[in-house]
Amino acid sequence: MPAETEVAVIGTGPAGLAAAEVLGAAGAGVMLLDEQPAPGGQIYRGLGSATPARLRVLGKDYAAGRGLLAALDRPGVSFTGGATVWEVTRGRSVSFSVAGVARQVAARQLILATGATERPMPFPGWTLPGVMTAGAGQILLKTSGLLPPVPLVLAGSGPLLFLLAAQYLAAGQEIAALVETTPPANRFLALPHLPGALAIPRYLLKGIGLLARIRRAGIPHFRAASGLRAEGEGRVEALSFTAEGRAHRLPCAALLIHCGVVPNVQASRALNLDHAWDERQKCWRPRLDRFGRTGADGILIAGDGGGITGAEAAAHGGRLAALAALAGLGRIDTAELDRRAAPERRALERHLRARPFLDALYAPSPEFLDPPDETILCRCEEVTAGKVRDFADLGCLGPNQAKAFGRPGMGPCQGRYCGLTVASVIAARRGVPVAEVGYYRIRPPLKPVTLGELAAMDLPDPADDDDGH
Amino acid sequence: MPRDSGFRRLDETGAPVAFEIDGVAVAAREGDTVAAAMLAAGILAGRQTPVSGAPRGPFCMMGACFDCLVEIDGEPNCQACMTPVAPGMRVRRMRGARPLPEATADAG
Repeated sequence: MPAETEVAVIGTGPAGLAAAEVLGAAGAGVMLLDEQPAPGGQIYRGLGSATPARLRVLGKDYAAGRGLLAALDRPGVSFTGGATVWEVTRGRSVSFSVAGVARQVAARQLILATGATERPMPFPGWTLPGVMTAGAGQILLKTSGLLPPVPLVLAGSGPLLFLLAAQYLAAGQEIAALVETTPPANRFLALPHLPGALAIPRYLLKGIGLLARIRRAGIPHFRAASGLRAEGEGRVEALSFTAEGRAHRLPCAALLIHCGVVPNVQASRALNLDHAWDERQKCWRPRLDRFGRTGADGILIAGDGGGITGAEAAAHGGRLAALAALAGLGRIDTAELDRRAAPERRALERHLRARPFLDALYAPSPEFLDPPDETILCRCEEVTAGKVRDFADLGCLGPNQAKAFGRPGMGPCQGRYCGLTVASVIAARRGVPVAEVGYYRIRPPLKPVTLGELAAMDLPDPADDDDGH
Repeated sequence: MPRDSGFRRLDETGAPVAFEIDGVAVAAREGDTVAAAMLAAGILAGRQTPVSGAPRGPFCMMGACFDCLVEIDGEPNCQACMTPVAPGMRVRRMRGARPLPEATADAG
């Protein structure tokens, strides 16, 4: 028979861990699932086993995650690592595989804390070996203490790119160049939001500090770069671009790219929950109430999976969702829910006030939303931007229909790395808003699962089920 | 086996783990994923795509992009970035789509 739990939490980044802390303290039974072997999500990845050298290089904010990891020590809280969740249902059954063995758990409350993924940053040559995301570079540093080959070029925009540069400098890594693609106009567009950003001054101070360290190190810093192109035979050998009217070609053995993060909506999409286009963050986000409740009974979403808020805000979101889950279980009443939610919500809203500034300042360059024809958009099926424009010219209305025209989104990554760009390219070609062209319909399995794993599952006999046929 | 300049280690921690890539012995560290160990060994590409045959290697390192697919202990299409490296593991780079199992005469 499938296992049962009061609350299942998928994902153990700051939102999932903070939720577990609240639930565990209330004595609720909590089952935490994470695809990684250890808890922490991507932001605190490898924290539990980080060496002193890595802690020094990765910095204070990383080490601060240790407080949240302590949530796992509470009685009633269980952690299952290496758990690949491949199906969630509106009936709150969660199917997952651990080391090739498939299992299912029925939850009375389900919290999705699946976090963010890096925004696709397509440009010609971004599929070459040796081109990786900045997040990938940071993960290699966190989990294996690995530093990339030189010459190393960092390209794109966003806080993570600067943070990684500063961490690499602390590790003694040589950086050949920082190629920033932030459009110059972003600064002016961000300016009106500056007062909001001052609600949490440490965001700005951290950013200023990172940029100062990069400047002191004397790294060549190209601004307003455009026309990016990775070149090489079998692996990346150079990055070409234009900056301030001049063409550049920088040799590189590794190229790490980044242009922000977006909610990981695979699970919320598979649940067919309502999603809205967020024009400010240029991504889809599930429609949530102030606790993170979705339109499906007993299913909540916390953290960056519900819209990008950052790690600290995600923890507050996790606690709010946990409180709502406790109310859903009948463990606390409405009065207690409101009383305990108030300080969490105030803290969360302070963080959210800083977002419009960051979102405007680091809005992705239009060239990654509507790249040149030759650019591969769908890495799996190798569908180019030009092909997708052809589909639109033939009458293709949106990403779902594009699948029938030429298979974008139908490879193993299931659209994770092309969904947003296929949508924005079609929208631009049709001259309509992205919200109008929609997104891929995501179906289970969310991750590949073998027939053998399915066949070996211990599930109730359909004949014993009232709904059985 | 062609090897390019690889990733270097900030610190040498974790017990050594011996495994093989395409029959060649490679040294990794406990806690490495297969993808991290390949990158440390100077192997940036673990496969050629089924569509065009283009080389691809680890890209996102968090299980999202599926570009790091390799064959591990005989099983094709494993995510190298999601698989911890283990002693004696046999990793093979993949060329194109995975081979289909041999059809048998008595099937059906």
